Amino acid sequence: MNRSFHRSQTLRFPDCGAVEVKSKFGAEFRRFSLDRHKPGKFEDFYQLVVHTHHISNTEVTIGYADVHGDLLPINNDDNFCKAVSSASPLLRVFIQKREEADHDSFGPGSLPRRRKALVSLRDEGLRRRAQLRISSPHDFRPVSSVIDVDILPETHRRVRLYRHGCEKPLGFYIRDGTSVRVTPHGLDKVPGIFISRMVPGGLAESTGLLAVNDEVLEVNGIEVAGKTLDQVTDMMIANSHNLIVTVKPANQRNNVVRGGRTASSPGQPSDIVTGPPGPPPAHLLQNFHPDEMESDEEADIVIEGALEPQHPRKSQGPPPGSLPRANGASLVYRLQRDLTLSSPGRESIHKLLSSLKADPRHSLAFPQGGIEEHGPAVTL
Amino acid sequence: MMKFRFRRQGADPQREKLKQELFAFNKTVEHGFPNQPSALAFDPELRIMAIGTRSGAVKIYGAPGVELTGLHRDPATVTQMHFLPGQGRLLTLLDDSSLHLWEITHQHGCARLEEVLSFQPPSRAGFDSASPLPNLTRITVVLLVAASDTAALGTEGGSVFFLDVPTLTLVEGQTVGPDDTLRSVPDDYRCGKTLGPVESLQAHPGDPTKILIGYSRGLLIVWDQAARGVDHIFLGNQQLESVCWGRGGSTIVSSHSDGSYAFWTMDAGGPLSLQPTVASTPYGPFPCKAISKILWRSCASGGHFTIFSGGMPRASYGDRHCVSVLRAETLVTLDFTSRVIDFFTVHSTSPEDEFDEPQALAVLLEEELVVLDLQTPGWPAVPAPYLAPLHSSAVTCSAHVASVPAKLWARLVSAGEQQSPQPASGALSWPITGGRNLAQEPSQRGLLLTGHEDGTVRFWDASGVALRPLYKLSTAGLFQTDCEHADSLAQAPEDDWPPFRKVGCFDPYSDDPRLGVQKVALCKYTGQMVVAGTAGQVLVLELSDTPSEQAVSVASVDLLQDREGFTWKGHGQLSPHVGPLPWPAGFQPRVLVQCLPPAAVTAVTLHTEWKLVAFGTSHGFGLFDYQRKSPVLARCTLHPNDSLAMEGPLSRVKSLKKSLRQSFRRIRKSRVSGKKRAANANSKLQEANAQLAEQACPHDVEMTPVQRRIEPRSADDSLSGVVRCLYFADTFLRDAGHHGPTMWAGTNSGSVFAYALEVPAACVGSEQRPERAVEAVLGKEVQLMHRAPVVAIAVLDGRGRPLPEPYEASRDLAQAPDMQGGHAVLIASEEQFKVFTLPKVSAKTKFKLTAHEGCRVRKVALATFASVACEDYVETCLACLTNLGDVHVFSVPGLRPQVHYPCIRKEDISGIASCVFTRHGQGFYLISPSEFERFSLSARNITEPLCSLDIRCPRDPLQARLPESPKLSQANGTPGIILATPSCEGSPDLAYNQGLTSSFPEPSEAMLSPASAGSATSADTTLDTTGDVTVEDVKEFLGFSEESEKNLRTLSEDEARACSTLIK
Repeated sequence: MNRSFHRSQTLRFPDCGAVEVKSKFGAEFRRFSLDRHKPGKFEDFYQLVVHTHHISNTEVTIGYADVHGDLLPINNDDNFCKAVSSASPLLRVFIQKREEADHDSFGPGSLPRRRKALVSLRDEGLRRRAQLRISSPHDFRPVSSVIDVDILPETHRRVRLYRHGCEKPLGFYIRDGTSVRVTPHGLDKVPGIFISRMVPGGLAESTGLLAVNDEVLEVNGIEVAGKTLDQVTDMMIANSHNLIVTVKPANQRNNVVRGGRTASSPGQPSDIVTGPPGPPPAHLLQNFHPDEMESDEEADIVIEGALEPQHPRKSQGPPPGSLPRANGASLVYRLQRDLTLSSPGRESIHKLLSSLKADPRHSLAFPQGGIEEHGPAVTL
Repeated sequence: MMKFRFRRQGADPQREKLKQELFAFNKTVEHGFPNQPSALAFDPELRIMAIGTRSGAVKIYGAPGVELTGLHRDPATVTQMHFLPGQGRLLTLLDDSSLHLWEITHQHGCARLEEVLSFQPPSRAGFDSASPLPNLTRITVVLLVAASDTAALGTEGGSVFFLDVPTLTLVEGQTVGPDDTLRSVPDDYRCGKTLGPVESLQAHPGDPTKILIGYSRGLLIVWDQAARGVDHIFLGNQQLESVCWGRGGSTIVSSHSDGSYAFWTMDAGGPLSLQPTVASTPYGPFPCKAISKILWRSCASGGHFTIFSGGMPRASYGDRHCVSVLRAETLVTLDFTSRVIDFFTVHSTSPEDEFDEPQALAVLLEEELVVLDLQTPGWPAVPAPYLAPLHSSAVTCSAHVASVPAKLWARLVSAGEQQSPQPASGALSWPITGGRNLAQEPSQRGLLLTGHEDGTVRFWDASGVALRPLYKLSTAGLFQTDCEHADSLAQAPEDDWPPFRKVGCFDPYSDDPRLGVQKVALCKYTGQMVVAGTAGQVLVLELSDTPSEQAVSVASVDLLQDREGFTWKGHGQLSPHVGPLPWPAGFQPRVLVQCLPPAAVTAVTLHTEWKLVAFGTSHGFGLFDYQRKSPVLARCTLHPNDSLAMEGPLSRVKSLKKSLRQSFRRIRKSRVSGKKRAANANSKLQEANAQLAEQACPHDVEMTPVQRRIEPRSADDSLSGVVRCLYFADTFLRDAGHHGPTMWAGTNSGSVFAYALEVPAACVGSEQRPERAVEAVLGKEVQLMHRAPVVAIAVLDGRGRPLPEPYEASRDLAQAPDMQGGHAVLIASEEQFKVFTLPKVSAKTKFKLTAHEGCRVRKVALATFASVACEDYVETCLACLTNLGDVHVFSVPGLRPQVHYPCIRKEDISGIASCVFTRHGQGFYLISPSEFERFSLSARNITEPLCSLDIRCPRDPLQARLPESPKLSQANGTPGIILATPSCEGSPDLAYNQGLTSSFPEPSEAMLSPASAGSATSADTTLDTTGDVTVEDVKEFLGFSEESEKNLRTLSEDEARACSTLIK
């Protein structure tokens, strides 16, 4: 379900001075370029777009596909700047009539669905341009969340990392270590697993919820106590599409403080109580769609071959000794034939196929108006 | 989150009981040849033989099926072993100079071996000369004097001490010091030099009071114990190696370090012999190596056997491992391929007989045991019924075939008999015949196939305790190799002298590594098999009872399928001989399919009913119709980004660097693990050293020592195209209404390809199908989301049972599969097991092993488990071996975890890689290059040695000294408890032994899990140390228990093994 596009088949500009822009309105494309370093004002861009599409008399909204394949709005100078600077290398712009636009359509999710109804947040923005516009929460894709705050001890933090097929690496390392526990026998040193390093720019670092020297207590609900470093590594990798780690942060100052409970924990240093407020609320269960995200069901991709119910085949096999090479590619061929005949409602199959047929020579000729401009590679 | 909490099944008592009836873990028997043998002993009365190893193991062998195993607590090398003849007692000397007494006892009529006493000689008590304790620092030789139950110990210092065997205590006042000897030696011989260490001790054949003491310097004395005086002196001047006292006691043969031996006679008048009667250097006149051991045996037909090891001319043959057998004018120099450890003759020992009359000579070598028949002219070798050298060429793969039909078995046996020259009718059968095998005839025949580096496949009878060689198939003859295979092995008559004779079959040198066998599959109903090798050769063979001469048809299949930008830089393909070739009876090749590029075959499967063979390499897989001899399908599985397998010009540099680095790592790793394996069981010291070595080697330059990167598997990991498994099934792939032949292939990157096959139906009453082409159409492609390598694929029928093998159902040998209910396919990856419905592939059940346990799947197999309580109750389960060496069992198709046991040390990578499961819940893995450990997961199907020995011995005094055995409950539970408290007062050995040898009929899961044993330990120890407990104490204890738990984990494993081998 977390599909996104991450590769384009367009021309590369090695000297990133200019940003190629591919603007789409309905079935029409326009190509032009912008200066990456001086993109200019949003208003100028808006005029340029409506001008190149010859739609100066219609109210439109503008959106773009970000690196994660999500459709995000362009409605002020800031997100315009962001769009241009993050274009790699092509900036894909989608234009939609405002009356067709659906307010909910920006944000994460499958791009094709959104494309039909592009969001319009611009109307308000145009009217009150002086104010900085912040998109509604739905326009953001969750990268991480702190969960189960209510059932965990305050010293622990359960962090969920979402990997929406994004190219960003999870980006952290773990190591062996010892931690001190309070046991009935007194203080006791027990072996533990710790975060040892964060990859700059990785998902783990960008969330700000994990830090070096945090002790890893659980991985997806399984305690790591008694497990070796290699075992924990394998567990994390096996759960990497939906990784939930419970940590005991090395820095206990940023813990979530629950009202009324603080007094009941006399053992805690007072600076936790009086410390700075918890992490910004944006991290907390924002955009949390339980039904969607809780299912860590990674659906395996199954491609049905074009097998008809068994008929006596009248076609003769290839002569003995020669390999019927067509067999290997026959599925592709048949599907291709089926797809060209079929309705456009089979886009999901296209994508599934394209992920498996990443080899360019196996790539399918998609019908016009399909998703061919996004390149064949899809990560699911 | 909830799903994790409810993962484990609630403890349903009924199910728990059933589990106990179905599953039990036992390590039952070790097949093959003991790794690194170091000592040999033979009991001529019981006719049993003992072999000791460098890891401290003691193995006793008698008649086939009579096997007893013991393990010293310290993994020190066993340097000497001596039987007390007829008593079933064995005295072992380790290289730490400790002596251990082992006893064969009987419990419920079954013999078992246990260590009863040990004796650590008092070490050099400081340098305190006033110490009353004798200096016993290093024992060089041991002699058991059976009549008086004493043992004479010769030491490095030249003294001989006497030890009371039943109690293992030193006998005071009997010691023969070097001074006692020197007193009776003439002054001119003495000349101020020491006598050197005691080199040899021999008992007088008739008079138990006399012993022969040989000193390193060459002096031999006959010591009269009763008179405490020197009886006779032989003034040898050549450095002594060994002595043999001839029957009757009048002749003594000594062998020396210069390669000579000498005869001395007792009845030469006075008590002093100055010169030997005869001295000879058999391989002179040039300098020779030492003769390390000599035996001299008399024959009724006149003449003597002189048998000695070594003595070869230093310059020309100094590197040979030889034993020479000389009788009258006949001299044979037995030329072995590995070092000679020890040898003995099987001969008459009863005092009534006038002559020794040796029947057989048994030579223990580093890598095999060779027995020669000394009564048949020509002294032919006697085929050994056990101790087979599995590793005569390195084992590269193994497979097990269960329930082999009697017909195929008979054909195999006869093919094997034609292969090896049959001994003449009057020839000696296996001379080591002690004991009785009590095990029942195996209910079914099991065949173990091992593929070897030299291109051979060996067929072993794995039905019983003794692994017996049945037949050897060599594929090398088909190919042209650089040096002609057959010629090099032929007995090249070099020079006439020394008269070398090649003996033994250990030949570790492979002519061509490309010949190595990678995968084997055998159809037990048709006698057809497929052997696939390192250079991409796939050979289809058929069992034939008569020799024939025929050409092999050759076909090649290009698995790259025109993939561009690829150059194969690996080895070339093997070129087969053209034209008809003569083939002996046995498996004869029919078709050779060559994969291109010629990478090693990674998966192979055979369907004899459809006459199809499927094979996979790191590049793709192919399907071949061997009836029409035409390829059906080839499919490339390479990922376009797979630079390593593609070997494209750009990636070349990188991959070379990478492979270099990997190979260095491998070397380093193997050094470390090799060190560990040498110890086999684990001495703490070695363990610690190995850990140190591991820590010392830098893992990666830029990282701190132990750090692991958390990154999901990407699609273009290298070697993602490797085909890991192939499978044929008659199932529903197209639609739910029609089933038909299908082929399944799984790759390293988690892809599964399913092809629907169009196989023309065979005519009625004929097994040949019409001459129509087989077609394959891709039906399904499954990409597992987690992209872990697919380890196994199996289709389950409507009742959730695996589909039968080809011909099994059509010949009414198995229940026909349920074709009514919906079929399902079980796909096991390295991380998860998943069951999908068919024909619509949708996930039904799954178990994420790695996500839950952090271990990865190495081997899986579907096995049937019969209940001990009810014979008819059978469950099919999935047995799985993980990278941590644990064995897990899961229900099928529910995929519920049933039981798990620690089985192999996780450091033992080669052991884990070699594991093979049988159909009935047993398994094999290599514990050393030459030994398979057999284990069973089934509570019912257990193959273990059961035997008894006729021991004549009043052993009451010994038994009485053992404390009463209240430990049934204690030892029954956790042997680990005893181990973890080494400070156990009194005799730790006793405690240990009770733990070691106690039987626990149903080892429950909890007992074997280290966690529970560990907690029991701590409880125990705390109880012991009640008193004033300070915080420091507690801390210290915690540190200790942590450590001991670690040790316990490893020890309990060995313990479990030791126990299980002794269980009745």
